[in-house]
Amino acid sequence: MSFMSPAVRFQNVSRRFGSVRAVDGVSLDIEPGEFFALLGPSGSGKTTCLRLIAGFEQPDEGHIEIFGERADGVPPYRRNVNTVFQDYALFPHMTVGENVAYGLMIKGVGRAEREAKAKDALAMVKLAGYEVRRTAQLSGGQRQRVALARALVNGPKVLLLDEPLGALDLKLREQMQEELKTLQTSLGITFVFVTHDQGEALSMANRVAIFNEGKIVQVGTPSSVYERPTSRFVADFVGSSNVLPPEFAAAHGGHAMWTSLRPEKIQVSSKNNLVPAACAHATGTVTAISYQGAVTRITVATGKQALIASTPAGTDVRKGDSVTLIWPKFAMVAMGEDA
Amino acid sequence: MTTVVAERQRGIGNAISDVFFVRPQLLTFLLLTPPLLWIGVVYIGSLFALLLQSFYSLDDFSGLVVHEFTLSTYKQLLEASNAQIILRTVTMAALVTVTSAIIAFPIAYYAARYARGWSKALFYLAVMMPLWSSYLVKVYAWKLILAKEGIITWFANVLHLRWLLDGILALPVVGGPSLSFSYLGTFLVFVYIWLPYMILPTQAALERVPVNFIEASADLGADPRQTFRTVIFPLALPGIVAGSIFTFSLTLGDYIIPQIVGNSRLMIGQAVYTLQGTAGNIPLAAAFTVVPMLIMAAYLWMAKRMGAFDVL
Repeated sequence: MSFMSPAVRFQNVSRRFGSVRAVDGVSLDIEPGEFFALLGPSGSGKTTCLRLIAGFEQPDEGHIEIFGERADGVPPYRRNVNTVFQDYALFPHMTVGENVAYGLMIKGVGRAEREAKAKDALAMVKLAGYEVRRTAQLSGGQRQRVALARALVNGPKVLLLDEPLGALDLKLREQMQEELKTLQTSLGITFVFVTHDQGEALSMANRVAIFNEGKIVQVGTPSSVYERPTSRFVADFVGSSNVLPPEFAAAHGGHAMWTSLRPEKIQVSSKNNLVPAACAHATGTVTAISYQGAVTRITVATGKQALIASTPAGTDVRKGDSVTLIWPKFAMVAMGEDA
Repeated sequence: MTTVVAERQRGIGNAISDVFFVRPQLLTFLLLTPPLLWIGVVYIGSLFALLLQSFYSLDDFSGLVVHEFTLSTYKQLLEASNAQIILRTVTMAALVTVTSAIIAFPIAYYAARYARGWSKALFYLAVMMPLWSSYLVKVYAWKLILAKEGIITWFANVLHLRWLLDGILALPVVGGPSLSFSYLGTFLVFVYIWLPYMILPTQAALERVPVNFIEASADLGADPRQTFRTVIFPLALPGIVAGSIFTFSLTLGDYIIPQIVGNSRLMIGQAVYTLQGTAGNIPLAAAFTVVPMLIMAAYLWMAKRMGAFDVL
């Protein structure tokens, strides 16, 4: 094991199911201690990638290394990685304590020691004293915590989380996001999590890999993938974006390329304000207004191109108004063309 | 002018529907009363009458039933010849159950885990089809298969394994003049006849074990053997217990199979049949019938104690 080896390395990995290439030539390095998100729509290959790290799937082509060790052909029970499953997969015939101690029992750790460790792990996820409960008596959030404790008690090198917060309601989800981040920072373990929720990926991860049709289309920090999407897919999938065709971008001071313009960068003005030199503008008619609490989204038809602007709540614009849209030219991000 | 609340529809059918919709408990009550009466009076009632009979006794001299409470009939069960019948039957039922469970598990596991589409259809057909044909036909078919002139003997001759067959038949207790006149033969037919009753509940239980439990177990370091022992088997246990209730109790009570395939030594079912028929000893027949019931009750209690139903 070399000093600089990444926590997880994908080298040109492919996995096929019948004629479908679920994962198609993926190369990726995840560094030790990262909180890494695999983000993409369903069927994009992100979950298969997680299962390849866990060992539930084996690559048809390419290689996977975990901390410098070749993992191809190694079954899950010989890998020092653990998974928190989407629906938790807690064993119904065991108590909470037995569930958490399961991995230690399998390793042959003595009863007293594994009970002590299970107790600590449960305390870490704020479920101290839940050892003797049955899993059926727990709420969704509590099950999630038990699943987390059951994985972490084994001291994995990499923790895999498959849509960890998918089944929780909004409030609980936000709370768990914070807790997972805190836990990851304090433990220093590499976390790899799969999500289709771009907000979750952006708020939790150090870095994000965005998947589409079995391929990674962009890797970067949350701010880089949000601020500088390199493809129309990413611009559209991460947050929402006005994807401008090359002609429109060129006519408004951008490059003659497909261009992303975030709705929150656009100002809506009902008067004919003076447009600063560093800004571009377009005029049009409001065709739709969607109130969303903190912000209001305004759809404006400007010639052939419809633009969406996101403004702070409490706008006095009405449907049918003529408005001017103003945005800084630097907010237009030219993307490499992809079909 | 239209109304929001429609006018009451005319007709007795509509009126009844309306009443039942508003008072669903009434419907439940009406639906359940006949079957509950049936179970309560006919079923439990006759069982109770049977229990009562077992506390009477037979007057040896007159051959008439004495309607006085006594435990003497139960004492008769402990006599060597009767106790042997019980022991023989329970041993047979236990062996049939264990063997069925061992044969059924891989089949059920395959069906639950791997069979899809046409192979699943084939599985159900293969398991259920024997249940569609007459029980007697199957037993007589087995008598022919196991007979001295039957296909097994013929096959043993072809393979030059006649010495093996004769060796098995020469074994004490289980052997006999031919397979169709031996305990071994009875045992084989019992296993064949009751096997579907073991496969189906086991398969149903295994079907309810999600794949991700097995993945979670592997993820936590358990190799396939450990996963089987600690996850799959405990979760399949209620199904195996359910199946064993069938195989065990059906074997305890059966009197046709040992009559057709087997030697002349009786099983509980045959004893009951003879006692209540030709011998006219209803009290002892009733006492014999109580034995399987007690054994099953004890068995279920033990299964419950072992946690076999915890996951249900």
